[in-house]
Amino acid sequence: MSEVLNSYPQLLRGAWLTIQITLYAAAFALVLAMVFGLLGTARSRLLRAVNRVYVEFFRGIAALVLLYWFFYALPLLGLRFTPLAAAVLAIGLNYGAYGAEVVRGSVNAVPRAQWEAACAINFTPLQRLRRVLLPQAFALMLPPFGNLFIELMKATAGVSLVGIADLTFRAKQIQASTGQTAATFVVILVMYFVIAQALQVLVRLAERRSDRVLGRRLPTRPAPIAATTGEVVSP
Amino acid sequence: MPPTDTTSPADPLPERAADGTPGKPPTRVPCGIKFEKVVKRFGDNVVLDHLNFEVAAGERVTLIGPSGSGKTTILRLLMTLEHPDGGIIRVGDDPLWHMERGGKLVKANERHLHEMRKRIGMVFQQFNLFPNMNVLRNLTEGPVHVLGLGKDEAVERARGLLDMIGLADKEDAHPTQLSGGQQQRVAIARALAMEPTVLLLDEVTSALDPELVVGVQDLLRDIAANTDVTMLCVTHEMGFAKDISNRVLMFDQGRIVEEGTPEAIFEDPEEDRTREFLSAILAT
Ligand SMILES: Nc1ncnc2c1ncn2[C@@H]1O[C@H](COP(=O)(O)OP(=O)(O)OP(=O)(O)O)[C@@H](O)[C@H]1O
Ligand SMILES: [Mg+2]
Repeated sequence: MSEVLNSYPQLLRGAWLTIQITLYAAAFALVLAMVFGLLGTARSRLLRAVNRVYVEFFRGIAALVLLYWFFYALPLLGLRFTPLAAAVLAIGLNYGAYGAEVVRGSVNAVPRAQWEAACAINFTPLQRLRRVLLPQAFALMLPPFGNLFIELMKATAGVSLVGIADLTFRAKQIQASTGQTAATFVVILVMYFVIAQALQVLVRLAERRSDRVLGRRLPTRPAPIAATTGEVVSP
Repeated sequence: MPPTDTTSPADPLPERAADGTPGKPPTRVPCGIKFEKVVKRFGDNVVLDHLNFEVAAGERVTLIGPSGSGKTTILRLLMTLEHPDGGIIRVGDDPLWHMERGGKLVKANERHLHEMRKRIGMVFQQFNLFPNMNVLRNLTEGPVHVLGLGKDEAVERARGLLDMIGLADKEDAHPTQLSGGQQQRVAIARALAMEPTVLLLDEVTSALDPELVVGVQDLLRDIAANTDVTMLCVTHEMGFAKDISNRVLMFDQGRIVEEGTPEAIFEDPEEDRTREFLSAILAT
């Protein structure tokens, strides 16, 4: 065990790369999810078709297969990427497709009455989306986004297969050099768990903020007595 | 600021400066409503079948009638939440769902609808306040982002309205922290903040506990008494309808079966269908 722990600089470097790939890929996936998810809520059939093609295509391909494409196939066609960029593109495109479904579903799940009220105060279609529907849809997106975020982080382990020195890659190196298989994998199991917990904290913070915006978990209605006296309209 | 106060020269609403006389405070033209052979279908269900009626500018009309007779549909057509399948609806002198192009009426585009909606406000049965905003922002978002008012001016207008509805101390509250009656009064204020010339009210007290109904009705009585807004109101509260309206239209199956003053309709209806309906709601 101590041999494994002695290689902590390598493990930390690997963990840092895992975190970087996770954050970059998540940011990229988020942008894709918003763009393609909102296209899925558009009235135009063409725009909705664009959403369907993106989602079905990239959801149907394993992130690892995409990664092989960015690493091995596309360079043959003259398209080269740095290893980090290839990893971010592959994972981002894959998880962006899941995210787009979350965005589309959440926007559609905001009660239609909210759209109608936004229409009644004469918001333009874009303002309805930006000022009324999206802020409410965010609250619905956050829990599934939290899941996807952690799923995405775990999926980054696949990049070790193309030689990117992430946490899993480092662990395999250490395991090979020390022969301490169990100890090594216990250590990285804990490290992945800690990273996941840290991401979970970020998601919780975002959820708490959206609860506040939507007035959930506030002390609700005033006490019954206050409510009835409050009803008298002062002229 | 209630819509009576609309002569302030600083008011930036373009349609009101439309008379183009510089230096003269713009005055807002109250709008009437006209349905000309309006048809509305949901699938095979013909809800409105060549409906004709007219509401004069500044008039207060109550719509009554049994469930499914098309009252809500009429208001939703006016608020552009549903589109008609035939006929012409006019608000002011302009067709709502059509624009004139080369002497012909063609289907309205989003920009025309946007212009027309400036004249119309609606209050819903279920309030539909925006839960992602506090009370004050519910009242200022429209004036700022649609009418182009400055932030300060919008806040001032909102505070005036909150004062009028008796909720001056609730501007920071969240909609979920208000009672149903308070929420509905805020929803009325939100509509008024946009200074509509036509106000649509769809059973605005029917989702409220009985003890909260009075506050909302009193507010609407005030508005009816102090403004020149054209009101189209769906309600089954006869006393309230008598107080605020000049005329009652009794609907059945998308047709007007009888119309008259509130007194005539409620106290001495001529049609059997009306009598039946009124005794049915009295029985509940
Ligand atoms: N979105 C819709 N899809 C299908 N049918 C609808 C829709 N909205 C209304 N209808 C139908 O149109 C008819 C008129 O409905 P509307 O809501 O206008 O009646 P109403 O007079 O307001 O009734 P109530 O007193 O119950 O509110 C009903 O038969 C209803 O089923
Ligand atoms: Mg109705």
